[in-house]
Parts: sequence; structure tokens; C-alpha cells
Amino acid sequence: MADQEVVERPAEEQIIAPGYSFASVTDQIAAVVLTKHTPVFWFATFAAAMGLLLLFLLAVGQLFFLGTGVWGLRNPTFWAWDITNFVWWIGIGHAGTLISAILLLLNQRWRNSINRFAEAMTLFAVACAGMFPILHLGRPWLMYWLFPYPNTMGIEPNFRSPLVWDVFAVSTYATVSALFWFVGLIPDLGTLRDRAGHRLLKIAYGALSLGWRGSARHWASYETASLLLAGLATPLVLSVHTVVSFDFTIGIVPGWHSTFFPPYFVAGAIYSGFAMVLALAIPLRQGYGLQGLITDKHLDNAAKIMMATGLIVGYSYIMEAFAAWYGGNAYEMAAIQHRMFGPYKYQYWVLMTCNVVAPNALWFKKIRRSPIVLFVWSIIVLIGMWLERFVIIVSSLAQDNLPGAWRLFHATRWDLFTFVGTIGLFTFLFFLFIRMLPMISIFEVRALLPQSKVKEEVNG
Amino acid sequence: MKPPVYGVMAEFESPGALVRATEAAVAKGYKKLDAYSPFPIEELNDALHLHRNKLPLIVLCGGLCGGALGYLLQYFITVIYYPINVAGRPLHSWPSYIIITFELTILLASISAVGGLFALCGFPMPYHPVFNVPRFALASHDRFFLCIEATDPLFDRAKTSEFLETLEPKEVSEVEH
Repeated sequence: MADQEVVERPAEEQIIAPGYSFASVTDQIAAVVLTKHTPVFWFATFAAAMGLLLLFLLAVGQLFFLGTGVWGLRNPTFWAWDITNFVWWIGIGHAGTLISAILLLLNQRWRNSINRFAEAMTLFAVACAGMFPILHLGRPWLMYWLFPYPNTMGIEPNFRSPLVWDVFAVSTYATVSALFWFVGLIPDLGTLRDRAGHRLLKIAYGALSLGWRGSARHWASYETASLLLAGLATPLVLSVHTVVSFDFTIGIVPGWHSTFFPPYFVAGAIYSGFAMVLALAIPLRQGYGLQGLITDKHLDNAAKIMMATGLIVGYSYIMEAFAAWYGGNAYEMAAIQHRMFGPYKYQYWVLMTCNVVAPNALWFKKIRRSPIVLFVWSIIVLIGMWLERFVIIVSSLAQDNLPGAWRLFHATRWDLFTFVGTIGLFTFLFFLFIRMLPMISIFEVRALLPQSKVKEEVNG
Repeated sequence: MKPPVYGVMAEFESPGALVRATEAAVAKGYKKLDAYSPFPIEELNDALHLHRNKLPLIVLCGGLCGGALGYLLQYFITVIYYPINVAGRPLHSWPSYIIITFELTILLASISAVGGLFALCGFPMPYHPVFNVPRFALASHDRFFLCIEATDPLFDRAKTSEFLETLEPKEVSEVEH
């Protein structure tokens, strides 16, 4: 390598649109929160979400009153829409942690303008996910029995069960996501405190910002804390969906008992999560005119990650069928056959179309750069991932080892109301968040501006 | 005895100016000073020697405690307090303890990262004198501030103000208690 050429480093591409200053970034993001004029689309969406939330409360009331039989749960299918929804929601949450933690460690600075709302998405998706296993308990008011605590009954949870692992994984995930999100908010809460007009708002944001003053000492500890939390959240997010997949793989139900579920589930989670990020970012940047901060470059990058994880998911489907055939186990082969050609074949082939065929359109830059097409694609992916979990769970349980016990699952309207209701809950929480807290991290976007760089001669 | 003011504060318009001013103040021998900016500036850590802090150690301790707690909790329950014999499997079935041990490691490490951050920054802090400067509200917006505190041995109300004036700030003001 004697004649090694010195290659000049190409100029760094600017992530956000040119022409922004520290003040204009702050004003634009804070104005969404501090304005007196709430846009009409906010009210419209919030009202719709509120309606769905009421539907959710109705469905939960019915469930508490009559029991889990109001869902279509009948022997042998005792996991159906509820667990499908649980896995779907928690998977969606994973993209938020990926953006905030993994992309921070990888120094992907473009994440700075989408990490805040993606983390909020994580938090609310986990809240929706948590509803389902708890509601599914039958006696949800006794959910604290899931945790080990000294009790007069003299019994304790079975730590050899993946369902107990799941309780710890999901509750840790919810806690750490909330902490990470709040720590990320502190400097911006300080900004809101200093800019709020009304005294009550000043007090509220002041209390929440804990006395942040942006001192160099604060920032030094703050940066360390962010990095450490990112380092902790990274293995955590990978472990959560792994543990969720253990709920299935540790069982011996045909179609579940497989060692490649963990990576396959994690890839699927990130795939659906990025779809949700796009489904939220595209309308929001349009509604609030934030195209300069959430640029086409962001959409393009998110679409690329979506495609990459989608291809992993597609590969997993093929391997699943291959492993069943190559393993030569009659029950495994039957399970795959039931999926492909059995009573749930429509769901299976729609999911294959959504998750294997559709993501390939994202090879084309034209599609990745068109917000409307990307929005449609993200909805297709979300539908595909919901169907994937449905097919894995229901088709395996409805037709397991013993043909005499087979019985097909039929969803009831209460299944539908509960699921649609959590979409209402999610939207309700998310729209409260964008109205009351900055949906884009102000201080991290300031750090993206070219004028934030201290010039070399200063140190020299 | 409490000094009559908290310190003297200078306002700058760019991160570069703040870093230059901080370096000059440190070179002049001031020790009790702090720089305020609306986003983290790495060069300030060099100027104020802030590269090391105790947070990683706190997080390590938290993580180790969490892991030990997770493992011992499961060991105590499955072996001592509530042993169940499932098909003759050993009571101390450590492979199935791994997940919860891991989760509690992460949980306590994260909680101690946040708790440690609050402790190192002195949060929650309902009152701080720097907010008495009206223009300091811009420290979270687009301005950069350097404050030399009255507890510094070199501090002198007039001389320190004069020194700050030489750094070409936008404004110099005294910080009331």
C-alpha cells in the first residue's frame, strides 16, 4: 500500500434544511406547544381518538362484566386477538428505542429530529401493549400477583416460565423508556419554561424541568447519562422482543417451537415500528409545516431501514417453511400447510403480500421520496405485521397436534372494539403529547445546525 | 459571610465566542465559573476540565446491585422459600434465571443513571440566582453565557466585570442572589 492516495473527505451533507438559526428552530418547535391556536386537524383527530377511547372503555367494561368469553376465545384457542395485539403494539414500540438508543450509539445524527416523537410512540405503544395481557388475565384486578411479593397465600411466581420473564421484560422496558424519554425532555422543558407566557405554564414547565440551566456541568453529566442510557436500552430492546418470542418458542405447539423466533421477531418489530414512525411523521410534518426539520432524507432513511428489516422478515418466512420441511416433523409440516392452504390461508397470503412483496417497492428512490406513497406503504406494513402475529398465534392453536380438539377461531365485535379502542388510546395520548410537549428535540436540532460548530482556530 | 452578589455574567452571541471567553477566564486563573449554552458544546468540557464524572461508576454499582438482586431473588424463591419439584428438575435451575437477572440489571442501572444525573446536577433545584438576570432566559434559546462566581478567590466586582468586558461580550451584568 505504498501509493496510498489521500482522499479528501466529502463535505458533510446537511441534515435539515438550510436557513435555520438557533432562534428560528426554537421558535418553530416551541410554537406548536405554546400557541393559543390549536389547529383544526388536531381537534378533529383528537375527537376521533376520544371516540375510540370511549369504545375501548365500553369493550373493557363488557369484558370485566362478562369475562374473556366476550372475545372469541374458545377451546383450544385461548390466545387470539389479544396476544396478537400485544405483540403488534410492543413491536411498534421497538423502533422508537432503536432510533433513540441504537442510532445514538452509531452516531447517526439525522435521528435528532425524529427521536423525541418516536420515543413517545414507544411509550404509548407499550402502554397499549400492556393492556392486553392484563385484560386477558380474566381477573385483571389481581395483576399484582404476577410479581413476587410476600403474601399470605404463601405462593410465588414460577421463574421457569417465559410468561413471568415477559412480565419483567415488558415492565422494565416501559420504565426505562419512560426514564429515557423524560431525561431527553429536560433541556427542552427548560426552554418552554423560559418562553411560556402564562405564569401557570411557567410554573408547570419549571417544575418539570427540575431547575435545568444549561450549564456546562449539566451538559457534561447529561451527555454521559444519555450515552449510558442508550447503551443500556440497546440490549434491553433486543431482549424484550426476544422474551416475547419465548412466550411462543418455549411451548411445544407446532409452528411455535423454533430457535429462530428471537431474531425474526426483533426484525419484525423494527419493521412495523418504522412503519408506524412513517405513518406518524408524514401527516405531522405536513400538518405543522415541519418539512424543514423532518426532511425527505429522514423519510428516505426510515424507508431504507424498513426495507432492510422487511427483507429479514421475508427471509424468516421462507426459512420457517424450509425448516418445517427439512426437519421432517409431521406436525410442523402440517402446521405450515394449515397456514398456507388451510382455513387461514387468506390471512397468510395477504401477510405474505404485505411483508414479502410490498417492501421490495422501496428499492426505488422515487417511492422512498414520495411521502404519500410511503404513508400508504407504512399502513400496508402495519396490516401485514398484524396479520403475521395473528397467523402465527391462531393458526397454530386452532389446529394443533390432536385433530379431535381442532376448532376454528372467530373474532367477535368485542375483539374488534378492544383493538380499535387501543388505537384510539394511542392516538389520544400521542396527540396530548404533541400539544403539550415539544415533539422534536429542540436542543438536539440546534446541535445539528452548522453554526453550532466551534471553529478549529479556537483551540489552536 | 455571604458575598453581596452571586457573580458577574457575560452574554455572547456564538458558541465560539463563549468557548474563547471560557478559555481566557480559565487562563486568567478563575476557578469558580460556569458556562451556559442552549446545547452541549464539547469544547467547553476541554476548557472546564469536565471530561470525567462519577456517573459511569454510579451506573456500574446500580447494575451490579440489580443483577445480584435479580439472581438472589429467584434463588431464594425457587430454592428456599417456595421450592416446586417439576419432573425432577433441579431447584437451582440457573439458565431460567438469566432473563430476569438481566432485566433487573438494566432496570437498576437505568434508574441509577437517572438518579445519578439528578444528584450530580443537584436536581430538583427550584431556585438558582442566575435566573435573576432577565436576559438569562435566552440561555435556553440562542444565547451563550459565562458566569464568574463571587466565591472565586480572584473575584472582585469591578475587576472581574472589567475583565469580562475585554472578552467582547454583548452585555455584562451582575447576578443578584
